[in-house]
Amino acid sequence: MKKLFLSVIGMYIGILAAFSQNNTQQDSAYRSRRLTFEEANIVSSYYSQDGNNAAVTGGIGSEKLTDLSNSIDLKFSVYDKRYRKHSFTGEIGIDHYTSASSDKIDPKTISSASHADTRYYPSVNWTMENEKKGRTIGAGLSFSTEFDYQSFGANINFAQKTANRNGEFSAKLQAYFDQLSLIYPVELRAALGAGGGGGGGEDHDYPTTSRNTISGSAGWSQIVNKNLQVSVDAEVVSQEGYLGLPFHRVYFTDNSVHVENLPSSRLKIPLAARANYFIGDKVILRTWYRYYHDNWGINSNAVQVETVVKLTPFFSITPFYRFYQQTGADYFAPYQAHVAADKYYTSNYDLSAFQSNFYGAGFRIAPPKGVFKIQHLNALEVRYGHYQKTTGMNSNIVSLNIKFK
Amino acid sequence: MINLNPIRKLTFGTLAFAAAMLFFSSCTTVKAYQKNKLNDAEMSLSSRKIEKTELNFQSYREGASGGNGGKTGGGCGCN
Repeated sequence: MKKLFLSVIGMYIGILAAFSQNNTQQDSAYRSRRLTFEEANIVSSYYSQDGNNAAVTGGIGSEKLTDLSNSIDLKFSVYDKRYRKHSFTGEIGIDHYTSASSDKIDPKTISSASHADTRYYPSVNWTMENEKKGRTIGAGLSFSTEFDYQSFGANINFAQKTANRNGEFSAKLQAYFDQLSLIYPVELRAALGAGGGGGGGEDHDYPTTSRNTISGSAGWSQIVNKNLQVSVDAEVVSQEGYLGLPFHRVYFTDNSVHVENLPSSRLKIPLAARANYFIGDKVILRTWYRYYHDNWGINSNAVQVETVVKLTPFFSITPFYRFYQQTGADYFAPYQAHVAADKYYTSNYDLSAFQSNFYGAGFRIAPPKGVFKIQHLNALEVRYGHYQKTTGMNSNIVSLNIKFK
Repeated sequence: MINLNPIRKLTFGTLAFAAAMLFFSSCTTVKAYQKNKLNDAEMSLSSRKIEKTELNFQSYREGASGGNGGKTGGGCGCN
């Protein structure tokens, strides 16, 4: 943890030092063909949750979990001979989490494999924007690694503005190729003949299995008038492979214990709409709605409303509220409710029927001379939210975003 | 309360999408010099960077995901 904190502080100082001497002058007529720094963002969050329906212990037991998340992205751009703008973004993220329920995978150990873990996730993205044609194409690669999970991701995207530059069609294809280690609950390892790690201690010889995700999305954004712009997005996500988690227990009515068993394919369809409206000169209303359907039996509605109040041109506060509702997956039942005849079964309450409320507020400072009069410290934003599920789970999250430009 | 099955809901969603397309085609043209409010950072038609971890935990703690720039599955173990 200390190392993580020191790393974050180091990132802040490093960014300040790196750009303190950089004062590139640009005007609209001249487009430099030199690689130019555009912006950097540091996002740090602390998340803490509690509840009493942990999936690791079959739908009962502590859901206590904390997660410290830090990421930094750097964006550079350059114009080519045909005045197309190439943007390059590199990002690295580090999450460190502790989980009370994960410690119950093997309660006999002082600290099991998943009691605490750190996840690293670098990514790179490239886009090429042809301003004359209003067209953008791009591609990206991502990687994520933690103790029991590795993932490779790739994406390509395309966007085309209308002739009057008031509308834009966009499309994106994404794929993730994941490998997860089969770490079973300790009492089931002998019966399943795997997932014990063999030699004891922090072993790395767990068997692995795969999970592949492919998604395609298309969207349209439109300027309606000088104060209003809206967008709609449709997405289709197809997942294949091992879609449960091997350390999730399920207790049947006869008190026998099993590993969660879910279908090896899932099709998800989220449809979303967004509308942002500038009311007068000081208030922005940001709204978002999503309808979601999948073939596991989950149907969901989510709506979020944010109000940005500009107290001054450079300081704003943003209260927000989000309501979420879902039906339960066909394969969910609580502790000791599944029967032997069930083909698929889980006691993961994230797949149960519930409603949730998420509310909070944030503030943003973006003075023209820089935050704290540091020229390249372009904006600082802080946001807090409280999340409550009708299942009893609740959580708090506080986030910080610092933008350098 | 109207109880629509998923297929009917999807059909409804598709029709709503088509209706939105028709609505957009009737919008007035806003010139570049009239876009000062639309170009405000808070008017962006996407999730903000500071929401990144929020979107992640929501996709882990809820059965539904996507439609907001966040994860739609894959990429992590998601405790």
